Amino acid sequence: MGSVKSIPSPAISTDDRSHEVDHPSSEVMHFGADQPLRLDCGVDLSPFQIAYQTYGELNADRSNAILICHALTGDQHVANVHPVTGKPGWWETLVGPGRPIDPKHYFIICSNVIGGCMGSTGPASINPATGKVWGLDFPVITIPDMVRAQAMLIDRLGIDTLFAVVGGSMGGMQVLQWTAAYPARVYSALAIACSTRHSAQNIAFHELGRQAVMADPDWHNGGYADRGIHPHRGLAVARMAAHITYLSDAALHRKFGRRMQDRELPTFSFDADFQVESYLRYQGSSFVERFDANSYLYLTRAMDYFDIAADHGGVLAKAFAGIKTRLCVVSFTSDWLFPTSESRALVHALNASSARVSFAEIETDRGHDAFLLDVPEFFDISRAFLQSAGKARGLKDS
Amino acid sequence: MSVQEVLPLGGVATRQSGDYRADHRLVADMVKPGSKVLDVGCGEGDLLQLLEMRGIDGRGIELSREGVNRCVAKGLAVVQGDADTDLVNYPDDAFDYVILSQTLQATRQPRVVLENLLRIGRRAIVSFPNFGFWKMRLQLLIGGHMPRTENLPATWYDTANIHFCTIKDFVELCDEINVKMERAVALDLYGRPVPLNLPWWVWNMFGEQGVFLLSRGGGK
Repeated sequence: MGSVKSIPSPAISTDDRSHEVDHPSSEVMHFGADQPLRLDCGVDLSPFQIAYQTYGELNADRSNAILICHALTGDQHVANVHPVTGKPGWWETLVGPGRPIDPKHYFIICSNVIGGCMGSTGPASINPATGKVWGLDFPVITIPDMVRAQAMLIDRLGIDTLFAVVGGSMGGMQVLQWTAAYPARVYSALAIACSTRHSAQNIAFHELGRQAVMADPDWHNGGYADRGIHPHRGLAVARMAAHITYLSDAALHRKFGRRMQDRELPTFSFDADFQVESYLRYQGSSFVERFDANSYLYLTRAMDYFDIAADHGGVLAKAFAGIKTRLCVVSFTSDWLFPTSESRALVHALNASSARVSFAEIETDRGHDAFLLDVPEFFDISRAFLQSAGKARGLKDS
Repeated sequence: MSVQEVLPLGGVATRQSGDYRADHRLVADMVKPGSKVLDVGCGEGDLLQLLEMRGIDGRGIELSREGVNRCVAKGLAVVQGDADTDLVNYPDDAFDYVILSQTLQATRQPRVVLENLLRIGRRAIVSFPNFGFWKMRLQLLIGGHMPRTENLPATWYDTANIHFCTIKDFVELCDEINVKMERAVALDLYGRPVPLNLPWWVWNMFGEQGVFLLSRGGGK
């Protein structure tokens, strides 16, 4: 079996990735010892930094700012070429000239979440107290922590009320957290393919991913950075497993079926005979080029802990009591990570809290990933929602 | 049954007349300004838009995605959902009025839906096509086939409307589940109210549709 290839090593070196951790190719906001970030785990994180991108111009009355919240493995490069991979921004379908979120009309902000690895302080950053990489000494963070850090960034940018907060998946969780925690600062909110809490099934998948990372001998209990290595095999397996949950059986079948890769007959080995196998291996190896393994552990954990109702005596409606924010919730029929039933539960709670909520389920067989893909119905509803909210807020030409 | 005022109406029911449909204007006039309203089966949001113009806080439920999209584009707060399955999730007394406009006949369990309307809202406004309308009767009596009208053009085998009733049937259902009728208006083919001084059977015969303002309890 000497010919069997396992997951290939990343083409981009660890150095490229780790350079972005502390010196990102984007704007960075520094928060000194006088402005610590109070974390849910009880730790005051200080100093810390948040890396972010902006597009468009803030208008005179500072009323046209849209905050985009990224998903688990996203970052601040929402609508520009990614500095590590050279690929287009992760949400160029939704954000950009002529798109529903157009920099001509809005001041668009996207920050790398706290705990991330693209310039915001996280486990891959240098711990100023030791001069070494944080690793597992980094405190465990939550979705509310990420949002609290974003709120500090928004304060610094001189914005009182965001015109809209928009995000999908983990980004959608941040949207809901923003709405529940800072209702007066969020004029409208677009929460896509998400839920107010992570389900047992989703926690189970995340645990699978984390165990894959920790089982990699190069992980060294999170201390791989000091050794100049990266547990890329474990992280790639984690990504492969997660990637399956982002798709659907129908989408995988349409894309690959049982077709073979560069061959007619099976090799009777464990090489990537099937196209779907080599696709997953590619997804795994390209992911480790840009992502830090420990950061993956922290961010998946943050999603697992997320449960808005739990902070309100288990009654979801209480989390949104009296809010004035205009909300739009979108789900996709084939999303089995955040199924429509969870969006409906959210919408019922919002209705019970008298919130001004709209909800649409978009029919597609492309699974959870649909929110990142070219799905015209989804764009139509996003555009319609933001335009009508813009009109209500008196934004010109939005 | 006591019926109070009826509004001057013109134009053709269920069609665009001027800016808004006659039945929509009639329904909107039954809602007190400043109220909170849920429109079940709100379609493309025409009635909701009329209500919002009058300073009423409106919400909608609509089954079709296209309808929801159109509503969202108008800035309305509309949720995609099904009256038969989703109303149970709404809390008691969440709205001042719950409106069911031209949708009752398409529900699987009209009685349960009606009970839910009056649980969620303090009042309900229900409008529906009257199957006791003379044209309907005539088609069945003379033509010997299931009636089809301009407003209900579908054939019997592909219609979404599965529980047709007459104004008389509806009044009996309201009695049965102890619903109080505050106002009842029958509109003729042209969207005009059938004169009030006429007896019930005339309503049931000449009303093309019925519009009812209901509240809880009390019976007749």
